Amino acid sequence: MRQDIPANKAASTALPKPISLHAVLKLANNYGIAVAFIALCIALSFSSDVFLTWGNWTNIIRQTAINGMLAIGVTFVILTRGIDLSVGAVMALAGVVGATLAVMPGEQNIVVILLAGCFVGAFLGWLNGVAVARLSLPPFVVTLGMLSVARGLTFIFTDGQPVLNLSPQLLWLGSGSVFGVPVPIVVLILLFAICWFVLQHTVFGRHIYAVGGSEKSAATSGVRVKRVITAAYVISGLTAALGGLILTARTTAALPQAGVAYELDAIAAVVIGGTSLSGGKGSLVGTLFGALIIGTINNGLDLLGVSSYYQQVIKGLIIVGAVMLDATRRGK
Amino acid sequence: MSSLLVEASGVQKSYDGVPALRDGRFKLARGSVHALCGGNGAGKSTFLSILMGIQARDAGSIRIRDEEVNFQSPLDALNHRIAIITQELSPIPYMNVAENIYLGREPRKGVVVDKRTMRGNARALLERLNFDIDPTAPMVSLSLAQVQLVEIAKAFSFDAEIVIMDEPTSAIGERETHILFNAIRSLTSHGAGIIYVSHRLEELFEIADEYTVFRDGAYVESGKLGDIDRPHLVRQIVGREVAQPRKSTRSEAGKVMLDVANLSQSGQFNDVSLRVSSGEIVGIYGLMGSGRSEFLNAVYGIGPREGGTVTVDGREVMPARPDESIDAGMAMVTEDRKESGLVLGAPIRHNISLSALTHLSWKGVVQRRKERTHAAEMIRQLNIKTASDELPVSTMSGGNQQKVVLARCLSSRPKLLICDEPTRGIDEGAKQEIYTLLDRFVRSGGAVLLVSSEAPEVLQLSDRIVVFKKGRIKETLPGHSASQETLLHAAS
Repeated sequence: MRQDIPANKAASTALPKPISLHAVLKLANNYGIAVAFIALCIALSFSSDVFLTWGNWTNIIRQTAINGMLAIGVTFVILTRGIDLSVGAVMALAGVVGATLAVMPGEQNIVVILLAGCFVGAFLGWLNGVAVARLSLPPFVVTLGMLSVARGLTFIFTDGQPVLNLSPQLLWLGSGSVFGVPVPIVVLILLFAICWFVLQHTVFGRHIYAVGGSEKSAATSGVRVKRVITAAYVISGLTAALGGLILTARTTAALPQAGVAYELDAIAAVVIGGTSLSGGKGSLVGTLFGALIIGTINNGLDLLGVSSYYQQVIKGLIIVGAVMLDATRRGK
Repeated sequence: MSSLLVEASGVQKSYDGVPALRDGRFKLARGSVHALCGGNGAGKSTFLSILMGIQARDAGSIRIRDEEVNFQSPLDALNHRIAIITQELSPIPYMNVAENIYLGREPRKGVVVDKRTMRGNARALLERLNFDIDPTAPMVSLSLAQVQLVEIAKAFSFDAEIVIMDEPTSAIGERETHILFNAIRSLTSHGAGIIYVSHRLEELFEIADEYTVFRDGAYVESGKLGDIDRPHLVRQIVGREVAQPRKSTRSEAGKVMLDVANLSQSGQFNDVSLRVSSGEIVGIYGLMGSGRSEFLNAVYGIGPREGGTVTVDGREVMPARPDESIDAGMAMVTEDRKESGLVLGAPIRHNISLSALTHLSWKGVVQRRKERTHAAEMIRQLNIKTASDELPVSTMSGGNQQKVVLARCLSSRPKLLICDEPTRGIDEGAKQEIYTLLDRFVRSGGAVLLVSSEAPEVLQLSDRIVVFKKGRIKETLPGHSASQETLLHAAS
């Protein structure tokens, strides 16, 4: 016998609905980075008269350029659910290789110097990629090892000494300008434009996001996962090399201890910019803003006279805050 | 003491102003296995999550053992002796079975966890339930079926009086299902009540005594299963008459599309050969552990194979190269769409085009307009319900997600479609749609090789049924003359 349960309208308990934190965060998520950056600038402009000057801003962008380059490459790696701790060391090695070429007798073409440095970065990146993709080793461990190896090689290569008296060709990378815009910034813009296009508009870019989102699903869908992962690390090595050459040019010397801890700022920029450490989500625009935020904070704290030790603490707190925001976004 | 464990009426719940549940009514009696039926969007999951304390209701009344309740958290529900076996399995992979079962309530000796007692309790529990699982085995070493059994054991260990089972048999085989049913009968004989949710209707008729149907967020009907039949239940769930494609009107099979010769993989399957021709559906049936999924994965290239060859329309395919398989004309719907079929965080459109990007791009650059048009066409053809193709697939129901997987597969214009449990965890309406899709596919010249542990499904769809047993082909039966009994008999 079929029975029917009568609808009981008498006992009705309507319960209140709170405004969810989730909804607020979702809003912050979509426009958050740009908003945070603007808010930061507004706050700093009140704290210092110098902040909004043209000279100060050129400084910020020039300082951000190198970190920005590294962060662009690291974004590819983090999108595949990996990480690259070796970029600082690769920077240094590429820098000393390029510089060594530059001080050799007979002026070396800037193109040759660039190619040599990039080859170093690409090769080390390729080694990272093979270890992660084909040997299935954890990216953290692989790139940590590469960090040590590359740093050691840099000291061996230069016998611990800085490489000085760089050729004007190489120095142009750091102090020259194209149509009035400093070369480092031009390189950053070009690099950003190319990489943004690759990530957003090419098949390879789609594959990067797919691999980061779900390696197994990407494999089932016919993506050549190992190749994509290796390519991401090669890109990271390449941008590190570029950054290393430009840093060398700006400091007018290739120091074997250059770039120490630069990987931290690069990763911080990527994470603050909204790219998730678990892969598959994020964008280069976010990374760029992330780098700008870090650069602006550094600059702002300098203008306010805050000691660099406190700056480190503050930066660390911001990174943790950004990762927490990422975790809440993912609904953990 | 009331004989009603649960009495719910007028339960309502909306998300952002959109009602998910408009009129939730339910009565669970002691000693009863009560089937809660309804398609996706019917409001079942919402109702259950309210009952479990995961969500709060907007209005209505819920009484547990005659006491009005308003759960604020799952812990409240547990304290009222309500336990749940979820559809989504999330074990702690590197802990062992015992640790997973007693997570959060480990027996202690002072401050330290008493591992020996925990192992002993787990072993006793598993033996009582007749599950053949080692309590010291790490979860990561278990098969999907075994993980589900551990989840079931965990629910039983709470000594609950009300147990909610959400698709408990979706990953386990016939033998384990019978063991589970015996455990259920033992529970109910001690006065417990079970709320049983499953899309496998023949299971409901076997284990449940009462039923309630939800549709479009509201209560439709309830009663005793003994008073109705399957077609009636389907009508109530779907709300309309559903036409089933008749495979007998399909024409003769054409040329051989898939030729598998002597395929082997140690420990999984041995010396398996079969052929699938265009215009036919070959179904593989077998008990859990017979090597069916491993065989399919090996043929497609996402699983290993040691010996033998795979040829698609005359072209031999190398092992472990799913990209080559797609190029040769294969496409695969894997057993677990969330794990290996879809990129959950990515938009629907991106998921649909992922296997066919070479056709939708020019010199490596994606042609976005072409892609959008293609996705819209697939969404229309497969009747995928979504407000926009930009939404992430994670927001969709199981049936729609599976359709997205199929859309991706069909986008690469395959000659052969391989499906592993194509309707797992999918509501009745979507199931029928997928059957129709497969029928259309083979009528236009495609070939289908599928694995299913649902005997009625295999019987309905297949022109030929290959029975797997312990990694080998036991026998091949013609689809039109086989019955559930002959299938089960051949497989066990």
